Amino acid sequence: MLYKTISKDNFRKMIEGLMESNEVMGPRWRDRDAEGNKIYRFLKLNNFDELESDYTRTYNSPKNFFLPFKENLATYKLGDSDWEQDIHYTIHPRVIVGMRACDINALRKLDEVMIKSTFPNPYYAARRENTIIIGLDHEPLEDCFCRSMGADVALRGFDLFLTDLGDKYFVAIDSDTGYMILNQYGGQEVTEEDQNKFKCVKKEIKSKFTTQVDVTIVPELMDLEFESEVWEKWGDKCLSCGSCAMVCPTCYCYGTEEEVDLTFTHATKSRCLYSCNLLDFAMVAGGHNFRPDSHVRLKYRYYHQFRGFVEAFNQSLCVGCNRCGVACLAGINPKDVIDDLIATEKL
Amino acid sequence: MSLKIPFHDINHEPYMSTHPDYNRKSARMQTERSFKAQIIAAITLTEQEKLFHIRICDPSERENFSFLPGQFVMLELPGCGEVAISISGSSSNKEFLELCVRRVGLVTGILHRLEAGAFVGIRGPFGTHFPMQKMKGHNILLIAGGLGIAPLRSPIYWANEHRSDFEDITILYGARDPGQILFDYQFDEWRKIYDLELLTIVEHPDDDWDGHVGMITDLFDDVPVDPQNTYAIVCGPPVMFKFVCSYLSALGLPRQRMFVSLERRMHCGMGKCCRCNVGSTFTCLDGPVFDYWTVMNLQEAI
Repeated sequence: MLYKTISKDNFRKMIEGLMESNEVMGPRWRDRDAEGNKIYRFLKLNNFDELESDYTRTYNSPKNFFLPFKENLATYKLGDSDWEQDIHYTIHPRVIVGMRACDINALRKLDEVMIKSTFPNPYYAARRENTIIIGLDHEPLEDCFCRSMGADVALRGFDLFLTDLGDKYFVAIDSDTGYMILNQYGGQEVTEEDQNKFKCVKKEIKSKFTTQVDVTIVPELMDLEFESEVWEKWGDKCLSCGSCAMVCPTCYCYGTEEEVDLTFTHATKSRCLYSCNLLDFAMVAGGHNFRPDSHVRLKYRYYHQFRGFVEAFNQSLCVGCNRCGVACLAGINPKDVIDDLIATEKL
Repeated sequence: MSLKIPFHDINHEPYMSTHPDYNRKSARMQTERSFKAQIIAAITLTEQEKLFHIRICDPSERENFSFLPGQFVMLELPGCGEVAISISGSSSNKEFLELCVRRVGLVTGILHRLEAGAFVGIRGPFGTHFPMQKMKGHNILLIAGGLGIAPLRSPIYWANEHRSDFEDITILYGARDPGQILFDYQFDEWRKIYDLELLTIVEHPDDDWDGHVGMITDLFDDVPVDPQNTYAIVCGPPVMFKFVCSYLSALGLPRQRMFVSLERRMHCGMGKCCRCNVGSTFTCLDGPVFDYWTVMNLQEAI
């Protein structure tokens, strides 16, 4: 991989230049919570000053630029007895600036399912291939456990990845497009001083992780503790609202539905992101529900994240961003659940 | 008794006799593209079940469509919805697909109101199949409960079309009451022409019923099973799997020679929507046909 540096002035010019002819999304301050903390969201940037490069955490993850909450899969023109199907991929080329390593790693996990495995998904792939990602390193928050999940360092999956060295950014380059953009706005060769500074900054970031989750034997525990009371303890609190899946950077399950317009001349097939915690997730025609209890559904959310996905792709689906823990209305967070699961003295 | 490790000779795999196509491995395609297909016959079997003969309209799409016994398709009624239905006909029938559908939900309810001539959508085939090639030279025991006979018709056709490949073929078929028995108009043909043994049993007999009464497992008293030389295919309600498969395991039939077909509500058929998640995997990719060893290792599969 190639590495360069760019001065902060030039970085500004680069983003402003990209904004001239592209839609550039970045973390923006939207509101304040009850304690007065800023609430951030990935939104379209209208000028460089809207970019909050020191943002803490966006409530939603940027996955929705690749997997929108709702999208049309196909449309139909309905005739008297016949129909015609039309499939059209609606793609907005975009630049996303300011993505954290965990969110980029989340996309790489989604890539495994959506692009690299059987039946590659063209809707996702088209968006992924038409999005320029400019990542940004940050110091971990109090509850980030991405390091435990091995998702704190982004090695691939971006175009440019920036680490703040004070007056300039250290830049990892993972695409030709990224390389061209950087060179156009004054990318510099990495000096020995830059390299040393980079080492120090990385060391500093590493030292600031406070939350750890020991997931070493969690895949085994998912089976061994399948009947554990831990699931009822946490699962009975679960409100089955699906917030965790909505904010999760890797949850990708969905449901499809079809509807006819009021003139009966057109129909659409769309998909909506879903959540395995919702009551009817595993309901089949006729009304039988394979997972009628909230604790069973919560267990399966963890089972997929920490066992099913590991079996399929040799890595867990969770990246340790704790967005689900923040969003949960019932106070369930992955660290507490997994700590309980690992504990030898139960409850 | 010494245990001989089963040898899997790949020289007899189907791919050994086909030309390799290095382009196809993970080819991108329009994953939501439905083949337009026409219902050419809608046959009422019982109050709840109909058999649909469905013909893919485009000649080249029809020609390219091929499946193996046990696989399923996504059947789409545009504007209404899409459902996963196992293929119930012969895999050598290139003219039309046979789908046996119970009227149970929104889409199947509307499907049952459609008549011959209506256009539907077909995506697929999807999922795993019964390993008919591997069963060569063995007895086949097919066990169906209720609507479970629908996906078993496909391997039954296969067995007949390759009759000399197999030794004894036995079908055990249980239904709740005589009125729910499907495809009984074919039973004579299966027995006489297909040269297989077919035993039926019902839980609740009516006045005209003079056959076996009880649960499907009661039929085992009349059927000797040679555990060293038999493959079993089991399809029915989840509770049946447990009883039947434990019985066959106890007889000494290896778990990897017992195949079951699981059912979940699929939304995509391609391992993307996660709705048919079972244990650590998905019914649409690693299933619907699983061997019993795999099923035992999938949490809450049956």
